[in-house]
Amino acid sequence: MEGSRLVISLSPHIRDKDTTQKIMFTVVLALIPVWAAATYFFGFNSIRLVLLSSITAVAAEAVIMVIRRQPVTAVLDGSALVTGMLLGLSLPPSLPSWMAVLGAVVAIVVGKQVFGGLGSNPFNPALVGRAFLVASFSKAMTTWTAPFTDTVTAATPLINQNAVSYSELFFGTTAGSLGETSALAILLGGIFLFYRGVLDYRIPVGFLGSAAVLMFLFGEDPIFHLLSGSLLLGAVFMATDMVTTPITPKGRWIFGIGCGVILVLIRLWGSLPEGLTYSILLMNAATPLINRWTRPRIFGQGVKTHE
Amino acid sequence: MKTINFRGGVHPEYSKYITADLPVKVLPPPEIAIIPMVQHVGEAAEPLVKKGDQVKVGQIIGKICNTVCASVHSPVSGTVKAVEPRPTVNGHALLSVVIENDGLDAVIDMNPHPDPIQLSAAEIQKKIESAGIVGLGGAGFPAIVKINSAKDHKIDYLIINGSECEPYLTADHRVMAEYTSEVILGAKLLAKASGAEKIIIAVEENKPECIAKLTEAAGSSAIEVVKVVTKYPAGSEKQLIKAVCNREVPSNGLPYQVGVLVHNVGTAWAVAQACQKGRPLIERVVTVSGDIIKEPGNFLVRLGTPFKTVIQAAGGFTAEPAKVLAGGPMMGLAQYNLDVPVVKTVTGILAFSQKEVKQYDPMPCIKCGRCVEVCPAHLMPVRIELFAINGMWDEARDYGAMDCIECGCCTYICPSKRGLFHWIKLAKSKIAKV
Ligand code: SF4
Ligand code: SF4
Repeated sequence: MEGSRLVISLSPHIRDKDTTQKIMFTVVLALIPVWAAATYFFGFNSIRLVLLSSITAVAAEAVIMVIRRQPVTAVLDGSALVTGMLLGLSLPPSLPSWMAVLGAVVAIVVGKQVFGGLGSNPFNPALVGRAFLVASFSKAMTTWTAPFTDTVTAATPLINQNAVSYSELFFGTTAGSLGETSALAILLGGIFLFYRGVLDYRIPVGFLGSAAVLMFLFGEDPIFHLLSGSLLLGAVFMATDMVTTPITPKGRWIFGIGCGVILVLIRLWGSLPEGLTYSILLMNAATPLINRWTRPRIFGQGVKTHE
Repeated sequence: MKTINFRGGVHPEYSKYITADLPVKVLPPPEIAIIPMVQHVGEAAEPLVKKGDQVKVGQIIGKICNTVCASVHSPVSGTVKAVEPRPTVNGHALLSVVIENDGLDAVIDMNPHPDPIQLSAAEIQKKIESAGIVGLGGAGFPAIVKINSAKDHKIDYLIINGSECEPYLTADHRVMAEYTSEVILGAKLLAKASGAEKIIIAVEENKPECIAKLTEAAGSSAIEVVKVVTKYPAGSEKQLIKAVCNREVPSNGLPYQVGVLVHNVGTAWAVAQACQKGRPLIERVVTVSGDIIKEPGNFLVRLGTPFKTVIQAAGGFTAEPAKVLAGGPMMGLAQYNLDVPVVKTVTGILAFSQKEVKQYDPMPCIKCGRCVEVCPAHLMPVRIELFAINGMWDEARDYGAMDCIECGCCTYICPSKRGLFHWIKLAKSKIAKV
């Protein structure tokens, strides 16, 4: 019974099995059905853009790690891969390859690493990359192809509202960005994330709920709006990015509802048909404030005694 | 029976099945007993013996010297070998009386009472005080001090805490299952001593055996047994009061301020022993478990028995130990010296192999909010951690560092394996010094 080699450490002596890396790869797994649906509808373009964007994002992260003299193994945390996949899935199928590469570099470098890397970026990096592409190449970023074809340009449902049925929107046989068309695939991924405890229901429920209610109040078809454009993809996968959203439960409600309100304002009165990117980026900017406002009441503070 | 819940907390692997059904084994008194004069929250007791003195089982060897203090008794009969500082479970060397057991187990006259419930409140208080009873759930607050502090207040509820929420530990479980009638008697005595109107025994729902036995033993008396959610830290005093009575103890306050007192089931058992048999607190039930303990079990151990001896009684180690804990894995204290004695606050002795003892490299915080969600004190641990890392003590205090109950849930849950509690504890000590 030798006691000298015993480890001394502060409690707790056990830890939960979940790790940051596991969380990131859970998101990657959840994106697989979305990517599969995109590939089914848009074929090689889906493989081309998502692979390019993912590989570029991971490579850019690795290069920055070398420049910052940090271990390159940090890319194994999976966060750059998530960013790359999300960016790729938010691109229109016909986008030139070099634009996807550029978008991924901007997402990682400008969206994430200039702020200090994992955990320090205020804005969702994939959306930063996407916003950059929309601003720089607005034509290419709004040119859509119909599913099962490579060339026929088509209007997205948001532009041409009467041309599609609910079931087309639900299964995804409409024009749009790669990952956004199939509500079914997105919901599958979302349910998986929720089940694994990686997704806080408050954000998507607040987001989709407030958007639907507002659309209804303004005389629009709420179901159509929920299913079309990138709303569902964004509400499930982008607005729920942990790093850029509030840490308090109440704050997450506010975040989700705020996203929904901004999205509706942009969709109905903005010059863009879509409002997803900016709704989330704006709420990302408000996140530090929301965290401050929604500080939980500390147990036992402000309570009266029984005398 | 409905299950009572509270906000926050975590669900670690409980690993209680290892020892939950194993009856308490009585360990023989140790050859050498080491009795620290502090085994409780508060000031050290003053030694009443010196080297060479003869003592008997149950004889008082340390007397109360302050308002927050507890007396200490000899667990064996024999000769005092030394009165000197010895290493203890909290890592410090504390003044201890070292007694060589003469093997006779000669007992003092214990002054038993056939029907202690007839005792007056003052008499019960006297017995609790002179028996040196402290909270046996692990915190070790002197029971009499708790009762006295509430003297001038109306106490509506006495909660007997059977929510043994630390993983692996089953000592309270066995006390409830095997010493059921003593727990009930102790509860009644504690209620009488503190003038409490109603007794509620709160047991985690993963111990149906205990709930059934206690309910049966309570019979038609006014004692209510309630079922608490299986979640750590269900046994934490303020969280339990909130869950059971929906009363919130004020920050910095004590339970009597909301008309409640809480005592552990083990404490109730000790009170029954003291009043019925006149037996002071010289032994307690300890769970010995962990992946490298050969024959894990629950043992009735005389205080002062070295950890080594208790571990040997459980068959010893099956492999090289990497970590030995006094208490549970969430709040227990890591030990480096197995000569330290079992004291009143040691609920368990756990030993783990290298395989179970992982070192973690903290990663950047990904703001997942899990630490906020699980904090039973409703703090934002990630914030306080950041303030502490940057030495911003005022901000740390503003964010409630002093309200941290040290449960460790934040560190436990963090996917980036950050040592949140470590920093918060540092902040607490810095703030306390100002
Ligand atoms: S901050 Fe304190 S009370 Fe809150 S979870 Fe961490 S250790 Fe527990
Ligand atoms: S649990 Fe860890 S990673 Fe999550 S918010 Fe708290 S400190 Fe950050």
